[in-house]
Amino acid sequence: MSARPAPPLPLRNRKSTMAQQPETRISATTPRLDVAHLAKTYGSGEKSHTVIEDLTFTVDAGEVVCIVGPSGVGKTTLLKCLAGLHPASSGRAAIDGRTISGPPPEMALVFQDYNRSLMPWLTVRKNLVLPLRHLKLPAAELKERCDSALAAVGLSHADNQYPWQLSGGMQQRVAIARALAYRPEILIMDEPFASVDAQTRFDLEDLCLKIRKDFNMTILVVTHDIDEAVYLADRVVVLGSRPARVLKVVDVDLPAPRDQITTRSLPDFARQRTEVLSLIKRPA
Amino acid sequence: MRNVAIRNWVIGTGTPVLLLAAWWFLSANSTDPFFPPLETILIRFQELWLFDHFQSDVLLSLGNLFLGFAIAAVVGVAVGFATALVPPVRWMIDPLIHFLRGIPPVALVPIFISLIGFGTQMRVTSIALAALFPTMIATVDGIRSVSNDLMDVARVYRLSRKERVFNVLLPAAMPQIFSGLQVSLQVAFIVMIASEMLGSSQGIGAMTLLAQQSFMTADMWAGILLLGVIGFLVNILFSLLKRKVLSWYIGSRRMARAA
Ligand SMILES: Nc1ncnc2c1ncn2[C@@H]1O[C@H](COP(=O)(O)OP(=O)(O)OP(=O)(O)O)[C@@H](O)[C@H]1O
Ligand SMILES: [Mg+2]
Repeated sequence: MSARPAPPLPLRNRKSTMAQQPETRISATTPRLDVAHLAKTYGSGEKSHTVIEDLTFTVDAGEVVCIVGPSGVGKTTLLKCLAGLHPASSGRAAIDGRTISGPPPEMALVFQDYNRSLMPWLTVRKNLVLPLRHLKLPAAELKERCDSALAAVGLSHADNQYPWQLSGGMQQRVAIARALAYRPEILIMDEPFASVDAQTRFDLEDLCLKIRKDFNMTILVVTHDIDEAVYLADRVVVLGSRPARVLKVVDVDLPAPRDQITTRSLPDFARQRTEVLSLIKRPA
Repeated sequence: MRNVAIRNWVIGTGTPVLLLAAWWFLSANSTDPFFPPLETILIRFQELWLFDHFQSDVLLSLGNLFLGFAIAAVVGVAVGFATALVPPVRWMIDPLIHFLRGIPPVALVPIFISLIGFGTQMRVTSIALAALFPTMIATVDGIRSVSNDLMDVARVYRLSRKERVFNVLLPAAMPQIFSGLQVSLQVAFIVMIASEMLGSSQGIGAMTLLAQQSFMTADMWAGILLLGVIGFLVNILFSLLKRKVLSWYIGSRRMARAA
């Protein structure tokens, strides 16, 4: 399971739904993804429900950042705000200094409910092709992108099957392959490896690090698995609950390249996972 | 698995054959003017429908049926989409839908029959109008029940409006649209017959009613038999189409049940 070396990222149509904000200049210090005092309240009036009150963190270009936090804290809500699916109630999320006000063209999102995010009337390959249609790629490139994405997640053999013919873990990998074929600059994944077996999980984690290296992709991953977060991330954002807030951003200083066996057996690995774990365990 | 399929097929075709045989033998010596022997009916059936009136009446009726149904299907789906997606259209059509929802589609047939004038055009129009509503309502319901998750996917991957309509909403709503089409087909069939009985001198319905009124019972039975056969064949055609278009849905349902 390894991605074939693929051509560099194509220049994408940057005419996005993002508001142009002349006052914010893109400089060397502008983070790729900037979440500042973000708040999200569902509903209004009596029935309103504040999920996120004041969330601030950044992700730099080419970084892998993991978000961990208790179930129901609002991680999915946060990702949907970043993907431009929900408007923020206050504060803002920005890409390269431009406020996100609709789905940004350089971003792909792997949804948590993978089985409800694939089109059941399309075969695996056609699921991958659907988001690419409007890019009007040459047929050869279209095929190459799908082939390499399917190979990367180990599903080359399943391209003619329907999602509902596959196991949960395979469906999740199809959803990941769809995002890979889209070749986003920023990849956001919501508990992407939750229902795959341990071996596949390790493979997908390494795939994640590989595409970051190959494409200089910026990757944000929500996970429940603290070991996974420490293994993958350059930084781990630990969320505390009700309403969601950042408890701490833990810098992970483990050497690159990471390796499932050697990295996980480093004393530093144990120290950092203990740090994250104790943050989560601590009564809020 | 194979054996069950064969058994079902034998039962499915065997029962009608048995019933026909029973009819044949029980009516063989009948002198009752209202229940002529099946043999007589079949002879009239062949004489009437297979050659004489095939083009003038049978094809005419079928043509009206398919034209009316096709118009109803296309317009029903289109109006359904507009109602679900365009707010001003929704404000106009929604009250009508709420009103119609409580009424069985067949109960609306008298309204459309009273609209029937003379001439093919009017008949096709009334078939189309009557058959429109079940498809339209099913389409609206189908689009409204498309999951938010799928629409979120469509937005994240920035599908165009056209792609969202034709590549996401339409296929996702297709199972419900098809159940609407099925009802529309039944309604179209009923209105087709009724329109000929009431406002025409041509067509299977008109011939059948005429036979009844002139006490040609065998001819009447031959007409009823023909309508039955046509209804049966049309339903089979529809099922085949459905099985082809919705194979993904049938497969996924079977999978979900097995799990
Ligand atoms: N569309 C919505 N409308 C109203 N409330 C919502 C909506 N979506 C989520 N919520 C609420 O927001 C809170 C956070 O949900 P969210 O799905 O973001 O949590 P999560 O951290 O992703 O949880 P998990 O780890 O279990 O996936 C929950 O209390 C949920 O009920
Ligand atoms: Mg979640």
